[in-house]
Amino acid sequence: MTSTLRILPFLRPRHRPWRLVERNILAYRRIWYIFLSGFVEPLFFLLSIGIGVGKLVGDLDVGGHLVPYRTFVAPGLLAIAAMNGSLLDTTFNFFVKMKYAHTYDGVLATPLSPRDVATGEITWALLRGAAYSAAFLFTMLAFGDLRSGWSLLALPGAVLIGFGFAGIGLAATTFMRSFVDFDYVNMAMIPLFLFSATFFPLVRYPAGLQAVVRFTPLYQGVVLERSLVIGDLHPTLLLHAAYLAAMGLIGLRVAARRIGLLLQP
Amino acid sequence: MSTPPLLRVVEREALVYARLWRGLAFSTFVQPALYLAAMGIGLGGMVSAHSGRVDGLAYLDFVAPGLLVASAMQLAASESMWPVLGGAKWMRQFHGVVATPIGPGELFGGFVLWTALRSMLGAAAFLLVAALLGAVPSAWGILAVLAAGLCAAAFCAPITAFSISQDSDLSFPLIMRLGVLPLFLFSGTFFPVSQLPSGLRPFAVLSPLWHGVELGRAATTGRFDFAAVVVHVAVLVACIGVGATFGVRAFARRLSA
Amino acid sequence: MNGPMIEARALTKRFGPFVAVDGIDFRIEPGEAFGFLGPNGAGKTSTMRMIGCVSPRSGGVLRVLGLDPTDDGPEIRARVGVVPQEDNLDTELTVWDNLMIYGRYFDLPRREIRERATELLEFVQLSDRRSSRVDPLSGGMKRRLTIARSLINRPELLLLDEPTTGLDPQARHLLWDRLYRLKRSGVTLVLTTHYMDEAEQLCDRLVIMDNAQIVAEGSPRQLIVDNVTREVVEVRLAIDADPAAEVAKLKRFGDRVEALADRVLVYTDDGDATAGEVASDGFDAASVLVRRASLEDVFLILTGRTLED
Repeated sequence: MTSTLRILPFLRPRHRPWRLVERNILAYRRIWYIFLSGFVEPLFFLLSIGIGVGKLVGDLDVGGHLVPYRTFVAPGLLAIAAMNGSLLDTTFNFFVKMKYAHTYDGVLATPLSPRDVATGEITWALLRGAAYSAAFLFTMLAFGDLRSGWSLLALPGAVLIGFGFAGIGLAATTFMRSFVDFDYVNMAMIPLFLFSATFFPLVRYPAGLQAVVRFTPLYQGVVLERSLVIGDLHPTLLLHAAYLAAMGLIGLRVAARRIGLLLQP
Repeated sequence: MSTPPLLRVVEREALVYARLWRGLAFSTFVQPALYLAAMGIGLGGMVSAHSGRVDGLAYLDFVAPGLLVASAMQLAASESMWPVLGGAKWMRQFHGVVATPIGPGELFGGFVLWTALRSMLGAAAFLLVAALLGAVPSAWGILAVLAAGLCAAAFCAPITAFSISQDSDLSFPLIMRLGVLPLFLFSGTFFPVSQLPSGLRPFAVLSPLWHGVELGRAATTGRFDFAAVVVHVAVLVACIGVGATFGVRAFARRLSA
Repeated sequence: MNGPMIEARALTKRFGPFVAVDGIDFRIEPGEAFGFLGPNGAGKTSTMRMIGCVSPRSGGVLRVLGLDPTDDGPEIRARVGVVPQEDNLDTELTVWDNLMIYGRYFDLPRREIRERATELLEFVQLSDRRSSRVDPLSGGMKRRLTIARSLINRPELLLLDEPTTGLDPQARHLLWDRLYRLKRSGVTLVLTTHYMDEAEQLCDRLVIMDNAQIVAEGSPRQLIVDNVTREVVEVRLAIDADPAAEVAKLKRFGDRVEALADRVLVYTDDGDATAGEVASDGFDAASVLVRRASLEDVFLILTGRTLED
């Protein structure tokens, strides 16, 4: 139980990682419009791909339910938004604060530890992602794209996706030497974005590729969200969730260790 | 014989570019292939099954020129923000350039020209990949590279003029999210603008990207209306002209002060 | 508090094969102003980082506030203030918010931080800049804000790593004045510097570090008395002179001579007399200057090198 609490600081509001969240709230208080602009990004995608392209695609069959393309693609976009959001905070933004602004050198001179920094930044990424995901879910509700009561779990699902990518993103960033290394982030994100059964169902991939896609991280999130909002539940969803949780936990561990090595040599 | 100052600016940028080949190889060749495979073939397969042709074209043929020009535009837009402010404020290499016989106006012109050339290089690679995937039915397709370069310059000139006058990069993510992204998604790239709600259609015509995409599509498909081509080119050239007017002044103000 | 503020025995820091701090011993008492003096790379910053519990020691014993940094890092850091060599203020926040969030890192109640931050801004003369962003502040202002920030938790011990490097003389004097007031209020100051005048101004006691080791220890006055003569005659050489040959000629005038690139230092107890002898001997010097011996001379004599090269 205590180890769970250490991992999920949101359950212990007096816990030190919350100070990093406070710090980010202070930083965004003056640039709230940038925070707000994050809400529209998935919305634009929904209108363009879901509705615009959706008109060209028509209806399709998801787990025995015939749904409009928009309903099919929206949970995929939700998963993508959760991934993008938490990667932005934990890769690029984190790198700038660590290497250039030296923000964490100041933080670590206080009672806070490298682990608090890692957990705090991940918590912030998740809270921010949760806000965007919640807004997007309301839009889906307005369009009638939430087909099942299980949709209530779509928000925790999005947070879980965010957690998985936040952990791995933070850990990967501690290995980066300069901005040029961010090319690798792009090289990973673009194929995931395009080929995680987000824009078209798995059956449309060549057989060999299908097997690969099944093991990619974003695919877990897409399946999870899509099954929840359409109400196509099966026990394997737990595996997808476990995959994402493991990714986040391992990432968090590695990141905390590496931040300690980098900033407290 | 001496090299014109404008070209010396281009030369400098090219040297920097050559050092970053790894990430660029991915974004230049692999990324277009991935986008075309996902959108053109994966999604396109579903479109063909349901609606057959889009604007009389196979979806792959429809979306390929859209993606080609739109990616040139996205590259040009982001290159016109952070690197410009970086040159003026963070790394300050622009100040180093104008300390030589090269003037601020020439620096601006060279920068826009370089960004257009670089976008064309990317567009040429994109076109090659698209042709290999069978998405370029017409030999006129080669002109799509010019359309991409023109469109890139039409975005680069005004955005660069804006960026040079900024004091922080706070507005850049806003431009990407509220400007570049909606243009990318609603300028006839993924679906015809005729599908937009009637109230929004006139706005698409105002989008420089739409003009660029239409030009690119005219080239790759070989189907064009001469008058329309003239209008598209004129709009893009006008964007460059307006951007250059402000840009030359803004560069002089920031760098010669 | 009973016992020393900081105690180190055989304290060592290694980075791979490189030894940054090589088994040093020192003891700092409560209320003292203690300095680590030495050239760049002598091991001062590594020592400070170990005291500040942000760098684990490689060997030896270290007690800070009676606690062990290995086990009690957060407890120690809660009672220490740190002014790092390079300002690491939070550039995304305003002056005021920098103090607010720093207080929060120490888990202080907001009310208390607000009162403390108001006092501290007054103390470092930045009250009129409280809503400013950090970026546009001058170097001296940033330094003062960093000091204010380091005091937000009312530390018993303040660590200052090269507090005035890179500042103009006016900014330095303002900072020294503030540090002097802090010392009078009972805060223990530990600072590193490669400025002699700073060490003489601020430190009750100091150690001189060179090549990862402590080469001398004492009060500034005592170090000079123990190691140098009372005065120094600086003989600036003619531009085409050969220093080695000149040194040989000057040797007989003082207890000791040191050759630098452009001048020769002659150590003597009566500078004016020695300068007179040099002049009457017909020695060909560009100029001759008499001054009191300083810590710079102590360092030069102990290590054979000047501090700032």
